[in-house]
Amino acid sequence: MAGQRLKQGGRIDRRKTLNVRFDGRKLQAHPGDTLASALIASGEMIVARGFKYHRARGVYAAGSEDPNALVHLRTGARHEPNARATTTQVFDGLESFAQNSWPDVRFDASAGIGLLSPFLSAGFYYKTFIGPFKGTRYWMFCESFIRKAAGMGRAVKINDPDNYDKLNAFCDLLVVGGGASGLSAALTAGRAGADVILVDQDFEPGGSLLSQPVGEASDDWLEDVLLELKSLTNVRILTRTTAFGAYDEDVYGLIENVSDHLLAPENDQPRQRYWLVRSKQAVLATGAIERPLVFANNDLPGVMLAGAVQTYVNRFGVLPGQRIVLSSNNNSAAQVALHLARAGADVTLCDARPTLPAELSDPLLAAGVTLLTGKLVIKAIGRRKVNAALIVPVDAAGRATGAAQKVTCDVIGLSGGWSPVVHLWSQRFKKPVFDDNSGSFIPAELGRETVKCAGRMVAAQTLADRIASGVTAAQAALADLSLDAVDTSVPAAPALPFDTGWADDILPVWSVTDAKGKTLGKAFVDIQHDVKLTDIDQAHREGYVSVEHLKRYTTSGMATDQGKTSNIIALARMAELSGKTIPQTGTTTFRPPYTPVAIGALVGHEHGLHFTATRYSPIHDWHLAQGAKMTEAGAWMRPWYYPDGSETLSEAYRREAAHVRQHVGIVDVSTLGKIAVQGPDAAEFLNRVYINGWKSLKSGRLRYGVMLREDGYVMDDGATACLGENDYFMSTTTANAARVLAFAEHLLQTAWKDMKVHVTTVTDQWAAFAVAGPKARDLLQSVVSGADLSREAMPNNHFVNAVINGIPVRIHRMSYSGELAYEVYVASGYAQQVWNALHAAGTPFNLKPYGTEAMGALRIEKGHVAGPEIEGRTTLNDLGLNGFASSKKPFVGSVLRGREVLTEASRPTLVGLELGSAQGAKSGSLIYAKGVAAKGHGEGWVSSTTWSPALGKYIALALVQSGKSRTGEEVQVVNHLENQTLSAKIVSSHFYDPAGERQNA
Amino acid sequence: MSHYSALSVFLNALKGNQNWQRAWRDPAPKPKYDVVIVGGGGHGLATAYYLAKEHGIRNIAVIEKGWLGGGNTGRNTTIVRSNYMMPGNTMFYERSMKLWENLSQDLNYNVMISQRGQYNLCHSPAQMDAARRRGNIMRANGIDADLFDRAEVKRRLPYLDYSATARFPIHGAIFQSRAGTARHDAVAWGYARGADRLGVDIIQQCEVTGYIWDKGKITGVQTTKGEIRAGKVGLAVAGHTGHLADMAGLRLPIETHALQAYVTEPLKPMVDPVISFGAAHFYISQSDKGGLVLGGDLDGYNSYAQRGGLPIVEHTLASAKALMPSLSRLKLLRHWAGVMDMSMDGSPFITKTSVDGLYLNGGWCYGGFKATPAAGWCFAWTIAKDEPHPDNAEFTLNRFERGYQIDEKGVGPKPNAH
Amino acid sequence: MLRINCPVCGTRDETEFTYGGDATVVRPAMDETRAQLWLDYVFNRDNPRGPHTEYWHHVQGCRQWLVMERNTLTHEVGECHLAKEAC
Repeated sequence: MAGQRLKQGGRIDRRKTLNVRFDGRKLQAHPGDTLASALIASGEMIVARGFKYHRARGVYAAGSEDPNALVHLRTGARHEPNARATTTQVFDGLESFAQNSWPDVRFDASAGIGLLSPFLSAGFYYKTFIGPFKGTRYWMFCESFIRKAAGMGRAVKINDPDNYDKLNAFCDLLVVGGGASGLSAALTAGRAGADVILVDQDFEPGGSLLSQPVGEASDDWLEDVLLELKSLTNVRILTRTTAFGAYDEDVYGLIENVSDHLLAPENDQPRQRYWLVRSKQAVLATGAIERPLVFANNDLPGVMLAGAVQTYVNRFGVLPGQRIVLSSNNNSAAQVALHLARAGADVTLCDARPTLPAELSDPLLAAGVTLLTGKLVIKAIGRRKVNAALIVPVDAAGRATGAAQKVTCDVIGLSGGWSPVVHLWSQRFKKPVFDDNSGSFIPAELGRETVKCAGRMVAAQTLADRIASGVTAAQAALADLSLDAVDTSVPAAPALPFDTGWADDILPVWSVTDAKGKTLGKAFVDIQHDVKLTDIDQAHREGYVSVEHLKRYTTSGMATDQGKTSNIIALARMAELSGKTIPQTGTTTFRPPYTPVAIGALVGHEHGLHFTATRYSPIHDWHLAQGAKMTEAGAWMRPWYYPDGSETLSEAYRREAAHVRQHVGIVDVSTLGKIAVQGPDAAEFLNRVYINGWKSLKSGRLRYGVMLREDGYVMDDGATACLGENDYFMSTTTANAARVLAFAEHLLQTAWKDMKVHVTTVTDQWAAFAVAGPKARDLLQSVVSGADLSREAMPNNHFVNAVINGIPVRIHRMSYSGELAYEVYVASGYAQQVWNALHAAGTPFNLKPYGTEAMGALRIEKGHVAGPEIEGRTTLNDLGLNGFASSKKPFVGSVLRGREVLTEASRPTLVGLELGSAQGAKSGSLIYAKGVAAKGHGEGWVSSTTWSPALGKYIALALVQSGKSRTGEEVQVVNHLENQTLSAKIVSSHFYDPAGERQNA
Repeated sequence: MSHYSALSVFLNALKGNQNWQRAWRDPAPKPKYDVVIVGGGGHGLATAYYLAKEHGIRNIAVIEKGWLGGGNTGRNTTIVRSNYMMPGNTMFYERSMKLWENLSQDLNYNVMISQRGQYNLCHSPAQMDAARRRGNIMRANGIDADLFDRAEVKRRLPYLDYSATARFPIHGAIFQSRAGTARHDAVAWGYARGADRLGVDIIQQCEVTGYIWDKGKITGVQTTKGEIRAGKVGLAVAGHTGHLADMAGLRLPIETHALQAYVTEPLKPMVDPVISFGAAHFYISQSDKGGLVLGGDLDGYNSYAQRGGLPIVEHTLASAKALMPSLSRLKLLRHWAGVMDMSMDGSPFITKTSVDGLYLNGGWCYGGFKATPAAGWCFAWTIAKDEPHPDNAEFTLNRFERGYQIDEKGVGPKPNAH
Repeated sequence: MLRINCPVCGTRDETEFTYGGDATVVRPAMDETRAQLWLDYVFNRDNPRGPHTEYWHHVQGCRQWLVMERNTLTHEVGECHLAKEAC
């Protein structure tokens, strides 16, 4: 018989039926169900297929530890692979589908692969597919089939329609786990007035108390505690929320499933919310996970954890089978047996221990449970689901000592003890220690300064113990918070029948084998990854004995459940084979997240255009309105070119650059870094960070400067103005603005502490426009008041304060284009008005805007270096900037720039290239002497290229070995990637107006 | 020792897989070896393997404080490529690629080298130019490289974000078809088995606590399993280079940083090659098991903790979603960290040191895994011949004194920026 | 995630700061011409396992360079002061 819904009992609402489907079949589902309980209630035995052998798999557990029931949820853009049925709350309209099977999970065409399992044992990949052939082709051919067979769920390549929220939270105490101990801790701290956040992964708080029968005394306790907690405004209760990671400095990551229990998010709510919690104290009350016993066919649908069977009966009103065999090595299965018998099941309890105490056995016998002591299930019998259990008498190691008996059944429930959920603790601190009493790993040190542990997580056994440990943990946290525990009398622990825990008299059996230690068929340790007990044995035989080797060689514990039920079994088996104890054998490291987390949840809103911040010039909108094509410059958006009609980039920049040389153009250079350098030692500071001298710069003047890194390579260049005594205005390149400022601050605050200088970024405070071209002066003079811009009054490298349309501006005379040019600086808030005024005044002068591409063409014609040349590996000499370096003073980088390799004569240096062809060279092409094979690293490389409207030919800047001495030489310019080999002549990098007559006009 | 083949797997399976032998022995240390390699990761084991195979030195011990392959060899994102542009790097990494291509046969161990190709995406004209320079240098040195424009990238990788809301539009990509991935653990195990078969003693659970000195020369190591004398001592200890060098009195141009890696739940095939984002430090590939393997930036501060923090997790996943928006609903299964020797120029050291008898392999930054075969090969050469091979000639400690910085990124002496 | 106790701004997330490396290296005087001292300052590091004295720059706060004690094995954060204030 398959599972069925009981007529009564459970915490579900039988009055409402929800439309929930699995592979198109309608399930019997009510509010309060999980997808797993609905599947069991509807008789769906086979819900998944194994990773490797495609064996049939059913629901195995009732929580996030379930290795089997992974399904596809929803359709279309909201499709989600690898969703756990056991933690999926049902809703009306839920559609789910089996994965990793074809054509149907019940009749999977790949199931036959199980016949090959002897050949697919641990590590078989490493020993085969090597092939007799050289190279990688044979393996890659085989691999292409392996890749198709591997994987679990299928992803869709459709964008996620949902939103995700990120919330930064702070609290006094974070309580992880809403079971008895966590609730007790939260209530204790809540009453003391602490700011508490209580989180539980389930959609209802209560933890294991929810698995008690409805009407049990624990219900009243739970109701009282929740009522009071909800009345406390200083306690936030988050259900459907998983604390997935514990991080340094008491930071915790939580994922709140805000809308996953709905068909789609409603009322503009996010799908999930990522809480980044900084908590002063934490109580971890994360409970424990039941351990299975390993035996032949232990993956057959119908084999489940005993506690899960109890949960399905008591919480969901679903009886997974009529005839149930429990196989246990500890006391905790007794309560399960009692509850199942009461629910009407025919129950057989096998217990590895030779006898059970009368206080357990008498009530069980009275309830009609068949007791088989000293016995365990050695094999599950059945083809597609459990039909019977083969039961044998066993010794303390789980080896058969006598003849087997067969008991017909539908379900086999397993309890091999429990594993405390130490994951969060271990992520943060270290590996847990083995507690012999409970046969489980627990936190090594309790009462850690900011982290306390409580409940089953520290192997507290009875409900009274768990409640008390929650109170104690909260009290310790309150003491560390300097808060007094005002009233610690949380409601008294109710008495539950058979509230035994698992530790007392546990017989640590892990697997059940024949007298020789062999399993009677495939016995799985990691059920999701199809890792068998024999794979562990083989790993041991081959020397993969450390826990890490074992895990990686067999892939045990690496599936989506991360070995929550299997790691300890694999470890125990290896310990047994090695003749060591479990703690001597070790344990694997626990890594976040505790359960898998949607990528989108941790990304939050930072996707699409909001992936990173975007910086805009104050006149960005004007550029867009003009139809400018924009380009990224680091975080900034800049106008690349302003197409006239259907112009291409190439057509537009040529027109724009030519226009500047013939008339006048304007370019937005607001993105330049600007730093106010102020204080009595400002000039000395500039003298140290720039290679050239600054002491002589007079107020009203500008100077071009170059900066090196500490290691002597060129870092940045730009002009600095002396605004007055002790007051300088430094500009940097757009790309290096942040770096230069941070470097300046570092020097002043760590090395030159007694210098009286402040450096402050004013990049965002000032907009800047370069007005360039033969008509620049006439245009500006026509619109400016209060300043004489004549050649005599204002030569190059001077600035003047002036007014445009009533708005104060500062006009620098400085040329990057090589034309008569000015830079107009204006407070950002007035930038658009001044820009407009310039355009209005510019009409008679035929003023046109130009973009960064034309700006680049103009600077290449002048041989000015920029980002492609200042690329972090070039020296002053390489770039022809040596002449600026002062020999009279030390400056940043002045010693290390003298190192051997930086001063080699053969280094590539900056030259110009004239292309004789009708094609331009491409940046990144390599340079070789004529007649030399184009191999190796070349004699140099092309850094910047353009069509020169002024010269009517293609030109380029390049760095060429011994470049300066090769003027006039014809070289090859080779672009292997695009099959282009050109001939070029090495010329001076100052292509256009080398005497500078135009800029000095 | 059994030879691995499909036949051996078949025959063993017929006998219930009961007859497999140990992949490597578990010997007690001898009192003296010709060479002791400290560090049983991929690099140390490869060094021992090539010392034995290429240079006929068989009396070798590899000493590992934990379990072999338990450090960065088993913690990386398994990417193999040889797209390096700086002289000093280019041919070294290409040697590594060539060794990778026949490594499974060489070791008789399938290290699953899979040349599914690697794309480095470009998001601006300047990045395209930089990619062209790199690709041209690769081609001119006999290394495969292709430059693709946006349309070609879109044709090949249609699932990336080409929409108007992509913050950094894709302009194109540089592609190396011979790049790909390898199975990281198998590399350590394969070299271990290969070295063991040539007589190398692999001694696990043995920590070096000091050196044995004789007149200013190192003549062995002190360990938790006693003194082990050695003609030469080679260090190949990844994130712990600083610590072991410090014991020898060396101060190095290295900072140790944590680098995180990430894997999602296993999925049916969706990403075939390796793809590197150009707008942030991020790369993605899909393992044979189906998990998407993600890599990103360093956490950014000195760390030996082998764990990282959430800020970089968030940033890495944001990069993932920026590159491939459909990843949003897929789930992160696990994130972990390794500790990296970040050198001051982003390039490694394979060199003799100023201490007689002590040789150093370290400073691998992010790039240690792909370098494993060549690092072992060149380190073996350097130890055996007391001089570097031309391929590792520039990986010296004194290159900073000379000014020969091998700086692929051009960011200068900033270890967390490489 | 590290939480850094900025003397000016209070305790803030690590994301507001950038890391500046070993704070025990001393920049030579401007007129120092011995290359070895500059090489040590720019390139060579003690790189300890354990307590580390390091620079952090509060770039998204007060723009101050801080000197903080932190353990590189455990990430435990210790005392933090302004770099410009001698300790």
